[in-house]
Amino acid sequence: MADALLALAGVHTHIGHYHILQGVDFAVPRGELTMLLGRNGAGKTTTLRTIMGLWPASAGSIHFDGADIARRPTPSIAELGIAYVPESMGIFAGLTVQENLLLAARSGPLDDARLEWIFRFFPAMKKFWFLPAGLLSGGQKQMLSISRSIVEPRKLILVDEPTKGLAPSIINNLIEAFRELKKTETTILMVEQNFHAARSLGDAVVVMDSGRIVHSGRMAELAADEALQTRLLGLSLEVHQ
Amino acid sequence: MIETVLSGDRPRSRILAVILAAILVCLAAAPFLFPGTRALDVAAKVCVFVLLVASYDLLLGYTGIVSFAHTMFFGIGGYGIAIATTRMDPTWTAIVVGTLCALGVSLLLSFLIGLFSLRVKAIFFAMITLAVASFFAILASQLSNITGGEDGITFKVPELLRPATRLLEEPFAGVVIGGRFVTYYLVFVASLALFLALLRTVNSPFGRVLLAIRENDFRAEALGYRTVIYRTIANCLGAAIATLAGVLYALWLRYTGPNTTLDFAIMIDILLMVVIGGMGTMYGAALGATIFVVAQNYLQDLMKLASEAAKGIPLVPDLLHPDRWLLWFGVLFVLSVYYFPRGIVGQLRAWRA
Amino acid sequence: MSAQPAQADALPQARTDFIPVLIVVGIALGAFALIGSASTWVTLTVAGLAMGLLIFIMASGLTLVFGLMDVMNFAHGLFIAIGAYVAVSVLRIFGAAAGADSFAANLAAIAPALLAATVVAGLLGLFFERVIIRPVYGQHLKQILITTGGMIVAEQLIHVIWGPDQLPLLRPPTLRGAFLIGDIALEKFRLAAVVIGLAIFAALALILNRTKIGLLIRAGVENKEMVEAMGYRIRRLFVAVFVAGAALAGLGGALWGMYQESVTVLIGAHMMVLIFIVIIIGGLGSVGGCFVGALLVGLVANYVGYLSPKIALGSNILLMVIVLLWRPQGLYPMSKQ
Repeated sequence: MADALLALAGVHTHIGHYHILQGVDFAVPRGELTMLLGRNGAGKTTTLRTIMGLWPASAGSIHFDGADIARRPTPSIAELGIAYVPESMGIFAGLTVQENLLLAARSGPLDDARLEWIFRFFPAMKKFWFLPAGLLSGGQKQMLSISRSIVEPRKLILVDEPTKGLAPSIINNLIEAFRELKKTETTILMVEQNFHAARSLGDAVVVMDSGRIVHSGRMAELAADEALQTRLLGLSLEVHQ
Repeated sequence: MIETVLSGDRPRSRILAVILAAILVCLAAAPFLFPGTRALDVAAKVCVFVLLVASYDLLLGYTGIVSFAHTMFFGIGGYGIAIATTRMDPTWTAIVVGTLCALGVSLLLSFLIGLFSLRVKAIFFAMITLAVASFFAILASQLSNITGGEDGITFKVPELLRPATRLLEEPFAGVVIGGRFVTYYLVFVASLALFLALLRTVNSPFGRVLLAIRENDFRAEALGYRTVIYRTIANCLGAAIATLAGVLYALWLRYTGPNTTLDFAIMIDILLMVVIGGMGTMYGAALGATIFVVAQNYLQDLMKLASEAAKGIPLVPDLLHPDRWLLWFGVLFVLSVYYFPRGIVGQLRAWRA
Repeated sequence: MSAQPAQADALPQARTDFIPVLIVVGIALGAFALIGSASTWVTLTVAGLAMGLLIFIMASGLTLVFGLMDVMNFAHGLFIAIGAYVAVSVLRIFGAAAGADSFAANLAAIAPALLAATVVAGLLGLFFERVIIRPVYGQHLKQILITTGGMIVAEQLIHVIWGPDQLPLLRPPTLRGAFLIGDIALEKFRLAAVVIGLAIFAALALILNRTKIGLLIRAGVENKEMVEAMGYRIRRLFVAVFVAGAALAGLGGALWGMYQESVTVLIGAHMMVLIFIVIIIGGLGSVGGCFVGALLVGLVANYVGYLSPKIALGSNILLMVIVLLWRPQGLYPMSKQ
């Protein structure tokens, strides 16, 4: 079992009057893909945003690679090597695909090897290279968003519902891409509602409900235990094939 | 009894209650307490501006709308009766007709502005109202056939209000009971009544929805209140009262013109008054208007003395020059927004707590 | 919702929206039809372009600041006024060179005046951003109030320093008068203004489209949060953009003062209404939109001023209403996340 690259302890987040995260504790093992599951409104997106510093944690600590990053400004958190692929994809519609990637490559020119990798899995990126990203379809935008997070090596990638609203063929494409990415031993924390994707990719799994962690363990165990699935997620996940 | 009159909106601070009572007494008995035309002029102006600023507070303090077009409605009121009394005979009918026409125009304009711009960001709205107000000011100065252009319109008032009229042959308690006397009390009573009506409005369920919208319009919308409708109503109501204030002011001055009503400087003054007095309190408008108008008239004398006393010191006489009194109010305004966002009234209430 | 593999062959064209530009050309041609005389039309067109480009210089900073920082600085007119007044003072110092009959001497006087105007306005912008605006980021209501208040105070201070009277800001001799081409008179100063305006537009376009900073600004206008999440301290960029906008306003103010040949405290306030109209027409946050909008406003003001002086002053507001009825977000709305 790998050591924890990211560890949250007693994290609370308030948004205005709303107390969303109510004491979140979990660890993300290094080099693995951890799935963050839970019903709608459980606080999964809030967790990612809190890690990223977009919403400040009102209490608790977030240790990344040894340092406490809770309440630090977002740019400095990103600089430590954390990439964020938000639910809304966050691509810049007025910028070309090339410009989107250039922006993501903080330290300099784009690395050819990585670009080759990206083009292999997401050929649309090459096609639309000089066109405004706003012209891409939903699935292609998601591919761009993911491409941005890997255009340079990152220690941790936070991904929020990458398969949301996409056609099954695209979803399979994404799952393949993430499988390949896992081979590079990048640490990934992914929020997903699609259990097929979750089961295919997850090594570790963390389940949230009402702003707290209600289960954490190995994905293989959860996938094998239907009763546990029903208890935690409210339904048998076989339905989501 | 007082509770009902104030619609349950008590001053909530002893000092504030005392100050407000003092202002009320001074205004109510102005002709007797402060002899002389200038003093009565100031008192009438205070009455009008308390009402004008209170109507602006409805927009800014209670609904959270920043509009730069308020002076436009003020002007419409003044021009309304000026044009009516010059086109028709200067009778009460003319006044009523003029007022109703002015109200009609104001309501229509504020409705259109509201419909068009209240769906957009506050900043967009502010810019549009600025553009519309300046357009109106340009119209007023260009259409000199109707509006008298830059010079404005001097008009006759109904006989009862004319300065030469005498109700009593002999002065009473040293005061001539004549046209000016009647006009003053018309202005005073009308302003007071409308102010109390505003107080009633903001303390009604409607007013509470406005406050909810100001706090968090998403939430209000989610709770089922169509914010656009409420904002538009507030916009129209504010515009209507400003128009009436304009009517009263024009009646007092027997004159209306771009300088007394449409000047952007007046819009700035209103902003200063409402913020320094205290946004969202109504009483803040009363306080702010009183302080401002009184200072505008009497502080400048003080500054003149100070400026002359400081002669010889570099820069200071210029800073204290009476024409620069707006500088100091401006500084007070900026400080208020930062440090006393609740204004004088809010601060007094906080100290009491 | 998602692309089918078969659809991947079709490559959509990124169409640059030329319609607004065509409209500008259309208006110019239409005006020619109405005016009739070529020489008058050229004079008016050059005047319109000069005025429009000067407004563009003053407005471009404001629209970027709004697009990027969501800050509306109602005191922007201040930078314009300061630029104009500083130019007056500096030209007084170089009085001899400013009045001389040689282009080199005139340039030696104007250049420092314009430079000083730009720099002082920029410094004022730095002060403004830090002291007045920074505490109220994100609070639109307070921003409007504070910047309006700041403007009042600063206007009064200008009175104190420079006095309340209107000050002359004369064009130097070599920039007075006009080139005569047959029947047509091309005012020298207006041509200079057009050249400077186009140069600045070109520079802005270059920076925005070809540099990383420009990339950051364009991305930031769309989605500040994402830019920060990609590791860029965009707050620092804000300050730079704000200062640049203030500096440009100062330059514009100095040039505008020379265009009018006189400077009053209200020079900023007068321009603000026009500038608001321009950036609303152009689309808040779009420099390209600001450019087209400014040309529209300048041309329309001059053509209508000639054809129908009565409605001239209000023509720009009518223009704004018409444009908004067609495109409610302005000519080139910025897509915002």
